[in-house]
Amino acid sequence: MAEPMRIRATMAGDVADIKVLMNHPMETGQRKDAKTGQLIPAHFIQTVKAEVNGKTVLDAQWSVAISRNPFLGFKVKGAKAGDKVTVSWTDNKGDKNSAEATVA
Amino acid sequence: MNFARRTFIKGAGAAGTVAVAVAAGLIKPTEVLASEWNKAAFEAKGVADALKAIGVASAADSKDIQIKAPDIAENGAVVPVEVTSNIAGTEAIALLVEKNATPLVADFALSNGAVGYVSTRIKMGQTSNVRVVVKAGGKYYAAVKEVKVTIGGCGG
Repeated sequence: MAEPMRIRATMAGDVADIKVLMNHPMETGQRKDAKTGQLIPAHFIQTVKAEVNGKTVLDAQWSVAISRNPFLGFKVKGAKAGDKVTVSWTDNKGDKNSAEATVA
Repeated sequence: MNFARRTFIKGAGAAGTVAVAVAAGLIKPTEVLASEWNKAAFEAKGVADALKAIGVASAADSKDIQIKAPDIAENGAVVPVEVTSNIAGTEAIALLVEKNATPLVADFALSNGAVGYVSTRIKMGQTSNVRVVVKAGGKYYAAVKEVKVTIGGCGG
């Protein structure tokens, strides 16, 4: 799962507006494979963590009901241009990914 | 040992070695919680059970929570939802779709300056209420918005 994750962080007044786009199939475990008729096993992101300059700002837990290729938007007060934003996730199969961006 | 993570904090005395490690400063609480996916809550089949599993006993309706979602969603697989909580001290936002097989969609814990706002895209099996529960200052507040899901292009 080395698929890239995209983060955009911009200042809007005194609040950093952070938008994240992840690449993940987010399988619910309820869909059947069209060819084999077998259920496709659930495969989804369970935890997402966002940090600004190493401090946790958002710690999320997700279910299968988050859409495919998840989008996440959040806002952080007190952040400023040049701050480092790190977003990482872990899915139910133990895959992990993380990405960094700088607040612009 | 499926402790809901918030009851996990409250009932830390019962949590044995982990609580000791936290108390001793060996592990930062955030590190423990980050790995603690709340299986019981996310697999709960009803709204009441899901809320109980994340530690919500009762929530008062609040007009300070705004849910921005389409009135009618043509594609239930991708429904954009934006939640803004104007309640001071908002520390967590939980998102539920009442009629989904497992209603709890997401639980966001906010800290260190994160404002009461999250935006994401969710899946909805059918027309349902989208319920938001906000935790602020140890209390819970709720708001609801109905989203109609159109299956098959027209009607609904």
